[in-house]
Amino acid sequence: MSNTVLNVVLKAGARFKSAVCDAQVMVIKAPPGEHSLACGGAAMLAAAATAPADATLDPALAGETLIGKRYVNADESLELLCTKGGKGTLVLDGTPLEIKQAKQLPSSD
Amino acid sequence: MNIAMILDMAAEAFGERVAVVSGEHRYTYAELRVLAQRLAASLKHSGAGHLALLDVNSPAAPVAIFAAAYAGIAYVPLNYRLTRAEINELIDRIAPATLIVNPETRALVDARADVRLLDRADVLASAATDPVAIEAPEDPRAVAVQLFTSGTTGKPKAAILRHENLMSYIVGTVEFAAADEDDAILVTVPPYHIAGISAVLSSTYACRRMVQLENFEPSAWLAACARECVSNAFIVPTMLSRIVEHLGDAPAALPKLRALAYGGGKMPQSTIERAMRLFPQVDFTNAYGLTETSSTIAVLGPDDHRAAAASEDPAIRRRLGSVGKPTAAVEIEVRDEGGRVLGPEEAGLVFVRGGQVSGEYLALGSQLDGDGWFPTRDRGYTDAEGFLFLDGRADDVIVRGGENISPGEIEDALLSHPAVADAAVVAMPDEQWGEAVAAAIVLKAGANASVAELQECVKQRLRSSRVPQAIVFKEALPYNELGKVLRRVIRQEFVQAASIAA
Repeated sequence: MSNTVLNVVLKAGARFKSAVCDAQVMVIKAPPGEHSLACGGAAMLAAAATAPADATLDPALAGETLIGKRYVNADESLELLCTKGGKGTLVLDGTPLEIKQAKQLPSSD
Repeated sequence: MNIAMILDMAAEAFGERVAVVSGEHRYTYAELRVLAQRLAASLKHSGAGHLALLDVNSPAAPVAIFAAAYAGIAYVPLNYRLTRAEINELIDRIAPATLIVNPETRALVDARADVRLLDRADVLASAATDPVAIEAPEDPRAVAVQLFTSGTTGKPKAAILRHENLMSYIVGTVEFAAADEDDAILVTVPPYHIAGISAVLSSTYACRRMVQLENFEPSAWLAACARECVSNAFIVPTMLSRIVEHLGDAPAALPKLRALAYGGGKMPQSTIERAMRLFPQVDFTNAYGLTETSSTIAVLGPDDHRAAAASEDPAIRRRLGSVGKPTAAVEIEVRDEGGRVLGPEEAGLVFVRGGQVSGEYLALGSQLDGDGWFPTRDRGYTDAEGFLFLDGRADDVIVRGGENISPGEIEDALLSHPAVADAAVVAMPDEQWGEAVAAAIVLKAGANASVAELQECVKQRLRSSRVPQAIVFKEALPYNELGKVLRRVIRQEFVQAASIAA
């Protein structure tokens, strides 16, 4: 768990990947300042980074992240889009993220 | 951030689902990605700065959109209906480039060393080959799509849409994998139109099968709907008019069709009313958008359509002619000429703001104001509940003796005359007033109406300043291929007539 405290600035459009499963996310919106973003119990990595060899999925945080779903914190100041699914649970600053309710939109094109 | 992510996600989640159908040809999302990545790899080697397409609707269009994205260059679909000279002028503006052609369009292109021609058939060959791994560049500010606008005067403007604009539109208005396994959308808008681009991006993100029709024709459209069990379609108003006319009074036997979206011009109220009667089970959506806004910014949804059609209250009934309310992804304001934000029922200029709004042209730069608002140059007003009504283009307003006159209400008045089949109202040069109101009229077959009678018809409904000073009768009005009336052509005729008279 020691590597979950790595704090990063989350910018809209930035992409992160899990260090312990296949999950990938893109930031849709984010609160200002530095935050710790983790998946499956390990800090998420920049898209191009290499995962540390010793990182393993924490079974307590293996609630699965689903492709195409949006994940938000309690006040919805953070919104992530899962661009690739994986086994780990997404966690921001120690609190697991929730799936945002899908919008009912009429198809316009 | 890169729109290639849209295809990556669809191929990842539903790789075996059919992505695109064209005649006998079918490609799955996995195959579409293989084709796009293979083309991207060849683009990277070629040094092309743009990937252009000179083709009708075909699977090469979605392949090219995503291939350009994977390669990190702009995709530039060209209008194959332009003249040979116009096409080659546009090619000159994007060279060095790779250009996808079909056997007919290849003959329109002048040979030059800095433009590599690729046959559509080669682009689409052997989708089953091994994937070429390619990482799409992540610069959100990179240009994803460049569209030449038709431009009423001078050279066509090159509108640019960045990855962040298109991604903002898709993520803001479409739910990933929203389509059911059996869903299919019939795409008839040409690939060089913004609606052709957004159809590919939205459908791919929704994981919805795209059925392509090369050219619109009502019976072919209805046959394709039935054959492919089409659930969704996007059409421009003239297409719906032609479908409705083709059907006559017989309801369409298309039980799978659930949703019809339309946009790209003003929908005649009689057409939408008839269409709702002929397709009672279908959800109608009016989508208002512009090239510069990455497509849709306001939507009149199915419930709004039904409520308006069922209402006796004229204030609700007229919403069938509204473009609805802003989507959750944008804000819209109506302002006067001085920039003051207007309230309900006050007509002015429509402004829009949001991540999907590019409002930017090559050479001219960004047209956004300091707060990010884009002037659409459409005129309009909202009602008390925020429904937006459009009232023509700012450029089409007739300024008669300092009074702003919008052609729309005069056209509506003329169209209410039983003998009138079509009408377009434009400005005409006038010594006394600066500009005067002029109308071009198409009469219904076998019908008759005099100039005086039509002038009286307008006078009874509107102020006397709205009465056309000149009226000409024509066999047909000039339209572009997507059904937009070419006012500048009509205006030009009145200018010439006026100069001959003088």
